[in-house]
Amino acid sequence: MEILLQVIVTGLATGGLYGLIALGFVLIYKATSVLNLAMGEFMTLGAFVCFTVLTQIKAPFYLALILTLVAAILLGFIVERLILRPLIGEPIISAIMVTIGLGVILKGLIYMVWTPTFRNFPEIFPPKPLNLGFAVVPSGLWWGFFFAIIGMLIFLLIFKFSRTGVAMRAVASDQQAALSMGISVRWVFALAWCFGAMASVIGGIVIGNISGISVYMGDIGLKVLAVIILGGLDSIGGAILGGFIIGILENLTGLYIDPLIGGGAKNVAPFFMLVFILMIRPYGLFGKKIIERV
Amino acid sequence: MNKPQYQLELQDIQLSFGGLMALHEVSTGVKKGEIFSIIGPNGAGKTCLLNCINRFYHPEKGTILFENRDISHMQPHKIAGMGIARTFQNVELFAHMTVLDNIKLGAHVHLKSGFLSGGIYYGRSRAEEIALRKDIEERIIDLLEIEQIRKQVVHALPYGLQKRVELARALAMRPRVLLLDEPATGMNLEETEDMARFILDINEEWDITIILIEHDMGVVMDISDRICVLDFGEKIAEGKPEEIRHDEKVIKAYLGEEDITYSRLGA
Repeated sequence: MEILLQVIVTGLATGGLYGLIALGFVLIYKATSVLNLAMGEFMTLGAFVCFTVLTQIKAPFYLALILTLVAAILLGFIVERLILRPLIGEPIISAIMVTIGLGVILKGLIYMVWTPTFRNFPEIFPPKPLNLGFAVVPSGLWWGFFFAIIGMLIFLLIFKFSRTGVAMRAVASDQQAALSMGISVRWVFALAWCFGAMASVIGGIVIGNISGISVYMGDIGLKVLAVIILGGLDSIGGAILGGFIIGILENLTGLYIDPLIGGGAKNVAPFFMLVFILMIRPYGLFGKKIIERV
Repeated sequence: MNKPQYQLELQDIQLSFGGLMALHEVSTGVKKGEIFSIIGPNGAGKTCLLNCINRFYHPEKGTILFENRDISHMQPHKIAGMGIARTFQNVELFAHMTVLDNIKLGAHVHLKSGFLSGGIYYGRSRAEEIALRKDIEERIIDLLEIEQIRKQVVHALPYGLQKRVELARALAMRPRVLLLDEPATGMNLEETEDMARFILDINEEWDITIILIEHDMGVVMDISDRICVLDFGEKIAEGKPEEIRHDEKVIKAYLGEEDITYSRLGA
């Protein structure tokens, strides 16, 4: 029992992180209908930028975080302006393909600049684990969860209540109408990319802090794909809930199935879920039913 | 001859898609306070003309003047701020929001405060702005008789009501010119009459210039001050309803056969 609770708590904490990155996916998808498959590389880039600021400039963490977020905003703007905007009006599938290419290019650049060495993140959170009584959460995971929840709350509040959020929802619903109401669709697209990039770099920093950083950490983006398919591509609540479900599922599989088959099931579980959900409920838990899957 | 003072003026608008000429040197003008209808057979370029005014389409040639300002190269989302609102041929509402939220979005263009404005107190001027907006929302809801559906989600409403909500949203933008693209299409007789009454009310009480595209000739002939007729992207006539009704070119364009057209134009 003890161990089950422990695994569930760990799963929840991991799930929070997945939820945050998934939120980045969903914000971009909702506003622009593009699935950004370079999300994992955004994450990696964020982690490396933060790492470099911390180790080279020896800046305090809060400064590194701010600088990384600024870098994310720049990344979002540049990618939207240079790569996605020229594709407005082309079939959506082209834009999605382009993000795959972008991911590969980013990965290559990271490889060139930072080399493929695996690195440990400098200690940014107090190392004391959080003791809940029935379970213990390691420091990195607990702080990561904290950041993920704060990040999600901020994005949710912006989306639900601010003027910008209203504009984003309007664009997501009907671009022509939004344009005729005086909402700049291009600006909303750019903002969506910035928000998406910001969510993913926060995820990158936290995950880097937990398990170290390397050029391959972006592969986690693929796992988050399972999260958003489960939650329903265009649902913010679904992304967050999906994150928790996948997080717990993954850790439970690690606990119960891995010993039976000699390990490895933990990493595949999210993708089993992905295939399963696509078979029984292709629009996800909360997605709009009109989303087509080709 | 004295050139009439137009509030919105189109000069030599030319628009083509590939080899297809959608609008060919169309010039016309709308005076302040009038109801100006654009009619013509299907595919004549009526909606294209609205889309040009709205800057959704970019004409290759021609100038659009609004209150003596050239808006031909303005970004599309800035048109709303100039005081031009519109409705669409196929209802373009924010389907998953309530009627009231849709109307509130219309006022979006008047909210000048910054990036994160949710729930923060901005002092007196903002409070006044909010009060004014509420007042306008109430007046719009009263005028269009949509009181009982204000809390409902839009996509579940019948088509006729959706069209009304779209009109309400456009009004919430407090426009000086309102572009209406087939507001009575798909409505029954009673709904059509309601819509005609609303348009007249908006025009008279709210002092808003109306540019109307409509296929229902009864409505057009009844409420328009002036009518412009397009056919295959060219303007073939412009004038008062009486003149249009008896214009030979118009009659020809519509069916090519005098008798039938007469009855269709309600002469």
